Amino acid sequence: MSALLTATCAVPAAGAVLTAALPAGSTEARRSTTKAVALGVSAVTLALAAAVAAQFDPHGDRYQLTESYSWIRSFGITFSLGVDGIGAVLALLTAVLVPIVMLASWHDADPGPAAPAAPATPDAPDGTFENRRRTQGFFALILAVEAMVVVAFYATDIFVFYVFFEAMLIPMYFLIGGFGDRAGGPESARQRSYAAVKFLLYNLLGGLVMLAAVIGLYVIAQDQGFATFDLPTLSSAIADGKLQFSGTASKALFLGFFFAFAVKAPLWPLHTWLPNAMGEATAGTAVLITAVVDKVGTFAMLRFCLGLFPDASKTFAPAILVLSVIGIIYGALLAVGQKDIKRLVAYASISHFGFIIMGIFALTSQGQSGATLYMVNHGISTAAWMLVAGFLISRRGSRLIADYGGVQKVAPVLAGTFLVGSLATLSLPGLAPFVSEFLVLVGTFTRYPAIGIVATFGIVLAALYALLLYQRTMTGPVKAEVTGMPDLKVRELAVVAPLVALTILLGVYPKPITDIVNPAVNATLSQVHRTDPAPAHPVAATSGGEQK
Amino acid sequence: MSTTGMLAAAGGSTPSIPAPHIEYGQLSPMLVVFGAAVAGVLVEAFVPRRFRYWSQVTLALIGLAGAFVAVVVLAAQGRGTTRMDLLAMESVAMDGPALFLQGVILLAAVVAVLTYAERRLEPKASSLPADAFAAQASATPGGEQERAAVRAGFGTTEVFPLTMFAVGGMLLFPAANDLLTMFVALEVFSLPLYLLCALARRRRLLSQEAAVKYFLLGAFSSAFFLFGTALLYGYAGSVKLGDIADVISGKAMMTPALLSTTRTDALLLTGLAMLAVGLLFKVGAVPFHAWIPDVYQGAPTPVTGFMAAATKVAAFGAFLRLFYVAFPGLRLDWRPVMWGVAILTMVVGAVLAVTQQDVKRLLAYSSIAHAGFILTGVIAVNKQGLGSVLFYLLAYSFVTLGAFAVVTLVRDSKGEATHLSSWAGLGRRSPLVAAVFALFLLAFAGIPLTSGFTGKFAVFQAAAAGGAIPLVIVGVLSSAVAAFFYIRVIVLMFFSDPKPGGPTVAIPSAFTATAIGAGVLVTLVLGLLPQYFLDLASKAALFVR
Repeated sequence: MSALLTATCAVPAAGAVLTAALPAGSTEARRSTTKAVALGVSAVTLALAAAVAAQFDPHGDRYQLTESYSWIRSFGITFSLGVDGIGAVLALLTAVLVPIVMLASWHDADPGPAAPAAPATPDAPDGTFENRRRTQGFFALILAVEAMVVVAFYATDIFVFYVFFEAMLIPMYFLIGGFGDRAGGPESARQRSYAAVKFLLYNLLGGLVMLAAVIGLYVIAQDQGFATFDLPTLSSAIADGKLQFSGTASKALFLGFFFAFAVKAPLWPLHTWLPNAMGEATAGTAVLITAVVDKVGTFAMLRFCLGLFPDASKTFAPAILVLSVIGIIYGALLAVGQKDIKRLVAYASISHFGFIIMGIFALTSQGQSGATLYMVNHGISTAAWMLVAGFLISRRGSRLIADYGGVQKVAPVLAGTFLVGSLATLSLPGLAPFVSEFLVLVGTFTRYPAIGIVATFGIVLAALYALLLYQRTMTGPVKAEVTGMPDLKVRELAVVAPLVALTILLGVYPKPITDIVNPAVNATLSQVHRTDPAPAHPVAATSGGEQK
Repeated sequence: MSTTGMLAAAGGSTPSIPAPHIEYGQLSPMLVVFGAAVAGVLVEAFVPRRFRYWSQVTLALIGLAGAFVAVVVLAAQGRGTTRMDLLAMESVAMDGPALFLQGVILLAAVVAVLTYAERRLEPKASSLPADAFAAQASATPGGEQERAAVRAGFGTTEVFPLTMFAVGGMLLFPAANDLLTMFVALEVFSLPLYLLCALARRRRLLSQEAAVKYFLLGAFSSAFFLFGTALLYGYAGSVKLGDIADVISGKAMMTPALLSTTRTDALLLTGLAMLAVGLLFKVGAVPFHAWIPDVYQGAPTPVTGFMAAATKVAAFGAFLRLFYVAFPGLRLDWRPVMWGVAILTMVVGAVLAVTQQDVKRLLAYSSIAHAGFILTGVIAVNKQGLGSVLFYLLAYSFVTLGAFAVVTLVRDSKGEATHLSSWAGLGRRSPLVAAVFALFLLAFAGIPLTSGFTGKFAVFQAAAAGGAIPLVIVGVLSSAVAAFFYIRVIVLMFFSDPKPGGPTVAIPSAFTATAIGAGVLVTLVLGLLPQYFLDLASKAALFVR
């Protein structure tokens, strides 16, 4: 039993404690030490997560590198970790994005001019105490989120997953509420705490409903002799028919789990917290929300909803597909109408999550491997898009699209990378999201042609919002306030370069990821007793063939 | 059990009353605490004023520690598991729940006494340190006599022996095996609490008003309890819990007297309902909760913490014993009612808390909601339910004590600043205190990795296993409502700007610091590594009959 998975979770957790405990102070040197330590920890985590992905054998067991430690025996809870292909890839995505987000947020937690200087008090001689600890707090919270997300991706015990799924809300909440976007104007403090509370309450409600379902699952399983939260044990017992749910129970439990994940993902109509949260948070935090934390929701749908309740999944799949298509179109339409850059990105993400969920519940192998690939690609491309937008916003001090114009003449590199992000968002062939979106659509079309056709309009709308945003901000006459805007600095280039490189690389050659993911997808599908429909038309057949 | 008592009463020919056989060893936790209480009274009478504070603090802590050691020794002897027994003529039960709850009450009392002993928060009165209690309880608030007492540096050190009497009563309450002993214990712990509520140093009128309200309503509920006891004696011919259970289940030998009283269930059901009213009042369940916000707000904050933690533990202990030992046969009758009470308690507690503006009232409503959560475990009526309630009480009491201890630290010139608006921006002035309070709030809200979550999971799981799925769903939804107001306080502390001239956080002495530290430690340990304590609670989850 190797301890690689535990180490991958423990390093950022210990790093969070360490970073929080570093000496306080508002001097530049103190802050730089803090940032360097946090970045170092996240680099080590990246190395460990990469080692996990490298050691994972796609043709081996379903769950590999498994570890199990006794935790709460009274309820049959063990601290069990193990990876399948999907978990390994998503944890790696997390570990890749966290250092990039840290680098992008390098100065977000510095005491800046926007933070009102508080009068000196006896307990805080150099301004408020918070200002002195701000940097430590910010980076410690990012590491705490990373640790909890990685545990959630690796957990094979349902209780452990639930605990970290819920607990990650707390650091996330402080990140949103405590370190907002400075471009928000005088009302921003109030809007920010509103956004943080809305985020927390939505997700907490989802989590509590899931808690009822977790308890219900345990009680039913216990009655039939499976007093455990161990996912492999339970799902194989379900597959063998040793553990049976009544129709009602299985539907209720499925809905309990699904509700939590649908809030997190977020699926229309449970999405309304996302634009607030992403709009008010810093660009880096917004990336953490949409590219990292929300992925836990879609990941959990694949692993828990399909793995534990195959019959209910089949029953509810059509309804969920309808909701996800509504989300695709609705998110895209609202993105077209946004005046605020960050909210536009948020609505675009809602549209993309619609695609991911559609791919999962189409219950075809193309759809699901496309959805998994989509999770990765959306993470990378949205991170690029959002972070460059964040750099743009920090230069001008405004989130409003109308305040920009002609940026490509004064800051060509910034504009160029923003264009790559925009094109990736609209799924231009050759860039990473294209492959996944195509697979999702094909996978859906083979089983539900009507839904596939409607979803295609989402792509058209994506072109509209992405290109309109680019046109309004980057092209046209140079606005007075934009004149003299500096181009990307070295740090910012270091943030964008790996993301752009990955977007292009995975667009041309997605095989490394599909190779790891496909066996896990097929295993999930066989749990649901679904095989792909017979190839009725050549398009589906060839694309399926390409993936094998 | 036996029906000898009843037979003796019916026959009327027994010539002599046998001398009771008392197992002093097994009663030692209570005896030590009562002994320390009596010694405390003597200290008040004979020790010079300037030595009293330290003598009382030392005496109380030694008494409580000694009693806790006694509990541990008894548990190590297996008195809670394999060698359970009925003591003192079957009036006191020595079993797992009794020992477990006595241990919890004693630990909670130690923490509470530490917060009582705090003397660094109040400004000094004529160069003598002052605590949270009135200088002279008998002086009229705001009168000349009070000013003179403050000038002279008086203090009400009687709070320590009063608390010790209350603790003694609380130790007896969950262990009492007949209704009369239970009633006596109820009074022994309630009367000192009425007094303690009236002893605040600041806002004395509010404090006295709280005490009067508590006393009047408490006396009323005691009367209900006593009336219920009388009716049940009329029905079963005995006040012993085991005898009542035997009569209900038909195992008792039927005498002509019994045959006539048990012909209808009217006496039984009315008696049971009245007992339940008395106990539901003490645990603060809706609709008998109205006193809680006023009393919690008016009482001196250290006393509030003690009441909120220890009273709830003791009262739920008696509640469990009554419903698990005496009335399991009536489950079908009382369960639907208790379902209603639990649902009402959870919903009303959570919903009313949302509108509160005072942190002590907020915690009061939160304690009502928690009473509802605990009731869901009580209703399960299985071993899991019993164990989960024991665990929940342990977890809850330390979070509560810690939270009220933090409340004592946030002060302005008028004393504790309990209005929520003055807590704005606390996280920027004193991040450590705000973070600790946030931890307690998250534990109240039942966020994973805190003791509150483990406890909530345990009771809900037991309730679900007992078939009470709707209760679990209501519990989960009212948890979401409750989370809203805990989060509101956190938002206020961390994301709002501090008000100019707002309260400051006083630096406490080692007493309060230890109390808060204990709260934090227990909250985290029971959240992260609860296995040992869950085992302990589940091992203790067996009543003797």
